[in-house]
Amino acid sequence: MSEVKEIAEIPSFTVTLSIRRFDPEKSEEASWEEFQVEMHSTDRVLDALHKIKWEQDGSLTFRRSCAHGVCGSDAVRINGRNRLACKTLIKDLDINSTITVEPIKGLPVEKDLVVDMNPFYQAYKDINPFLLANDKPEKERLQSPEDRARYDDTTKCILCAACTTSCPVFWTDGQYFGPAAIVNAHRFIFDSRDEQADLRLDILNDKEGVWRCRTTFNCTEACPRGIEVTKAIAEVKQAILRGKP
Amino acid sequence: MSVVPAGTLYRGKVGMWSWVLHRVSGVAIFFFLLVHVLDTALVRVSPEAYDIVIQSYKTPIIGLAELGLVGAILFHGLNGVRIILVDFWSKGTRYQNVMFWIVLVLAIGITAYFTPGHLDRILEF
Repeated sequence: MSEVKEIAEIPSFTVTLSIRRFDPEKSEEASWEEFQVEMHSTDRVLDALHKIKWEQDGSLTFRRSCAHGVCGSDAVRINGRNRLACKTLIKDLDINSTITVEPIKGLPVEKDLVVDMNPFYQAYKDINPFLLANDKPEKERLQSPEDRARYDDTTKCILCAACTTSCPVFWTDGQYFGPAAIVNAHRFIFDSRDEQADLRLDILNDKEGVWRCRTTFNCTEACPRGIEVTKAIAEVKQAILRGKP
Repeated sequence: MSVVPAGTLYRGKVGMWSWVLHRVSGVAIFFFLLVHVLDTALVRVSPEAYDIVIQSYKTPIIGLAELGLVGAILFHGLNGVRIILVDFWSKGTRYQNVMFWIVLVLAIGITAYFTPGHLDRILEF
């Protein structure tokens, strides 16, 4: 005996999105374009972008892959703050006013919301983001739960670039390693199994390294994974002063 | 290649604005120090010229600017302590927000404490 209940309809509303458009084949200048879409309260900004691309303007260009906050492809600036489009519910924004969506700042824009990520990846590569150890063990390298916890926070990074492109220093000085590279260096510097902390500390003890950080906390606030980025940078600064992790 | 679009102003929170204020107050203090070193050095050139310059500062506008100077130095100094704590105190990054508001309240409060006496002196000009 099952009682058929009528499923309540998901509330829907119309929102206006203002998207920063740029097409190098059409114009040298970027400009704002407004779109109106009918959305549900369960929808995210990424769903709105999809709806625009599929139903209104197929030329709208943006990156997304997993669409569930893991791959880190769709970092954009929503209402002036770096966010993952796939993790930002539209109902959490002010739906009575226009929602602005623009590319992340400080990296060259290629088209619409797509930026050239290569300078960002290069800084990541420069800090040697892999385990460096000389010995060849017969079995796995053991680590105590305490040692593992030491760098747990910085293992969460998905390389979306939301932190690096929220940093005022990075906007004006593209040579700065940026928060994401330092977070990933932190992940190995404080890993007890790694033997080359000195090498990474030396790389980051540079004019364009950790000392460029001005502790604006934009990175910590922007991180979709909740990593305490500024804290990690401060820990690397202290490790350099101590000369060891 | 591509043009970097200007876009909107990044809506950073307390941390970003404290950094902006720190910079602005720092530059303002630098210009004060520059003028201050020059006018003080003048006493070695000519004590009379020094007196004339110092006398010329006694206007209501400079008087109000002096209050701004007190506020700027207080903010810059106290926020400097906040930045040191963020860098060196293990819990500094967690409390940066509340530390900023403490800095602001102290800077405004101490400036306000000086204000009545200073305004009396300005009115005597």
